[in-house]
Amino acid sequence: MDNSEKLALGLSGFLLVLFFGAIMYAAVAKDIDVPTCITDMEPFVTDTLFQTGPDTYELQMVARMWAFQPSTVRLPVGSTVDLYVTSQDIMHGFKVEEHNVNLMAIPGAINYMRVTFNKPGEFMYACHEFCGAAHHTMAGRFIIEERLDEPEIIGGTL
Amino acid sequence: MSDYTFRFSKSEKRLVAVLIIIPMVLLFIGVYGGLMQTLFRAGIIQSDPFVGGDYYKGLTFHGVLNAIVFTTFFAVAFGNAIIPYSLKKNLNATIAWVAGILMLVGSVVAAIVILIGEATVLYTFYPPLKAHPLFYIGLTLLVVGSWVASANWVPMYLQWRKENEGKKTPLAVVGMFTTFIVWFIATLAVAVEILFMLLPWSLGWIDEINVMLARTLFWFFGHPLVYFWLLPAYVMYYVFMPKMAGGKLYSDMAGRLVFMMFIVFSVPVGTHHQYMDPAISSQWKLLHGIFTFAVALPSLITAFTLAASLEYAGRLKGSKGLFGWMGKLPYFKKENWFFAYMITGLIIFIFGGIGGIINASYQMNTVVHNTAWVPGHFHLTVAGPVMLAFLGGSLYLVGQFLNKEVRLKAWAMLSPYVYTIGLLIMSYGLKIGGLMGMPRRTNTGASYANPDSVLYQADWIPYIDLTVIGGSIMFVGIVMYIISFFTTVFSKSKGSEEDAVVTFPISEPLHDEPATWLRNFKPYIIIAIILIVLSYTPVIYDVLQATYGGSPPFSPDSPVPLR
Repeated sequence: MDNSEKLALGLSGFLLVLFFGAIMYAAVAKDIDVPTCITDMEPFVTDTLFQTGPDTYELQMVARMWAFQPSTVRLPVGSTVDLYVTSQDIMHGFKVEEHNVNLMAIPGAINYMRVTFNKPGEFMYACHEFCGAAHHTMAGRFIIEERLDEPEIIGGTL
Repeated sequence: MSDYTFRFSKSEKRLVAVLIIIPMVLLFIGVYGGLMQTLFRAGIIQSDPFVGGDYYKGLTFHGVLNAIVFTTFFAVAFGNAIIPYSLKKNLNATIAWVAGILMLVGSVVAAIVILIGEATVLYTFYPPLKAHPLFYIGLTLLVVGSWVASANWVPMYLQWRKENEGKKTPLAVVGMFTTFIVWFIATLAVAVEILFMLLPWSLGWIDEINVMLARTLFWFFGHPLVYFWLLPAYVMYYVFMPKMAGGKLYSDMAGRLVFMMFIVFSVPVGTHHQYMDPAISSQWKLLHGIFTFAVALPSLITAFTLAASLEYAGRLKGSKGLFGWMGKLPYFKKENWFFAYMITGLIIFIFGGIGGIINASYQMNTVVHNTAWVPGHFHLTVAGPVMLAFLGGSLYLVGQFLNKEVRLKAWAMLSPYVYTIGLLIMSYGLKIGGLMGMPRRTNTGASYANPDSVLYQADWIPYIDLTVIGGSIMFVGIVMYIISFFTTVFSKSKGSEEDAVVTFPISEPLHDEPATWLRNFKPYIIIAIILIVLSYTPVIYDVLQATYGGSPPFSPDSPVPLR
């Protein structure tokens, strides 16, 4: 192995270690993580939203062919949501625009992520796993408002 | 050691030609499907004008025919050509033909089932969407055929080792065995998924299956699958390209090290496709992420070695300065058309590699998972360097094995450049669209890109339009190739079949170290098995622990289960 090869190998290794360090920094210092294994949650078949603290909510969402239940979620700015997602039939996917939430909805399993809504607006979530003939119509939205008296969820198709 | 010729038997030659030509027809159907998809996604068409059916049926045959059928056939055909050539031993033609026929029957059956609309499950065939049982049987025959074909090379290799004690195995043979070792380990998981879960369930022998388990087994197979695609391209990069550029392979040992690293790290990485999945603990996902970074290393070494080989070639031609060699390479030489397929693939792979590292980066995957970014990425890998190397290789192989002069060389040489321009435009559109939230595998033309729909997303439209423009240019590139390919196939052969011999451009190494520690597959296979057991045992345990109930089969057309 000549010197230029050794240098290239060293730089490649350094680059990968650097990237990995960045991942660990985000995970440990910034608490940005991927979904993990949830075993302490009872399986659910209907959607519910309830308030768990002054700005915190728990939302249980059900994906099915070809709608999310709920399809509209109305919350005040600054809400932190513990989001649980499952599927009632086949695989679906769930990603909220402009937010770091991306979950697979899989029958027989519960997926979880926490998300905070810091700015007002409408944020779409579109199903991103092929789920049959009308997959492209399966979507919903979070509506985040400055002043809101009663958080609510609305089911059905959009 | 270079430029020698080898005489294949008539039966061997015919087999290699068949294994290239029939898949080329299937590839073209798949490429047509790809063009239609860009039109569907932009809302230009609502149903397929020739084949019929919707976007998702087209997406299924595009994925299955291009990514699974064409690639597997090429890997087998290339192995059937380069291994006998490198070892100077003939194939057992009977076994090779049995393997080829299994693969052909399986692929054609699967293709027909898809084209009549009985298997609209995409190329990942995730349950509980159910395909016709013949779809699973067809895929099984394709895989079993490829096993038989590769098993046929083992006795040849063992015999060669006995006769050539102390000699280095030719690098091409190391590369092809690496390809099929990775393939064999990976396909075991999908064989379990198909034979014990999907097939009996689709036949109605079992009622329900565990969807997460099936998905996890699929990705055990699904990621090493991409190395199965990539490795034959690497063989051509290492073995052919330096010579075609007029130089030598910078380091023989680097090539051997890269192949062994692929054996070790190709498989324990599959969960990085499941970062956003439930029922798998995040620490095991991180472990698979670490191994994914490890498997990036051989590709970084490859980038260096190939660039160094090309630089050496350029300097031999009298280039000056740091980057002068880049101007001395035979980019647009008609007679050296094969080089064009290699160099365009390498340029594309710069972007493909960067994208791959982004995808593998654990929580960063949240931004891109299942968005249009992902097809944007893998078109820069499997539909970039892999596809171009396989197309170049296919044309070279039919020329050699049918004893014909390649026709329309200028078209053949320009085709990869046209394709590359289109590919870069299309992938840019998909990737930026994905970052904006555009989902993959979605018929956007019927909703998000339709101004009359409540879901209309005006800001996605420019990027969807770019995919149409890019996709159309790619299609033109492929048509140029196909014309050259079939003109060659149907042209007159160069002389009598008896005189016909086969030759490959085999590069000599510039640095040729003994590398005795890289001469045996066994230790690397053992390390690979240990890593697989360590990385997959906790994942499978989590999946079995954290899932409940089973899933009955569904058709893509109805929310009501089939039984």
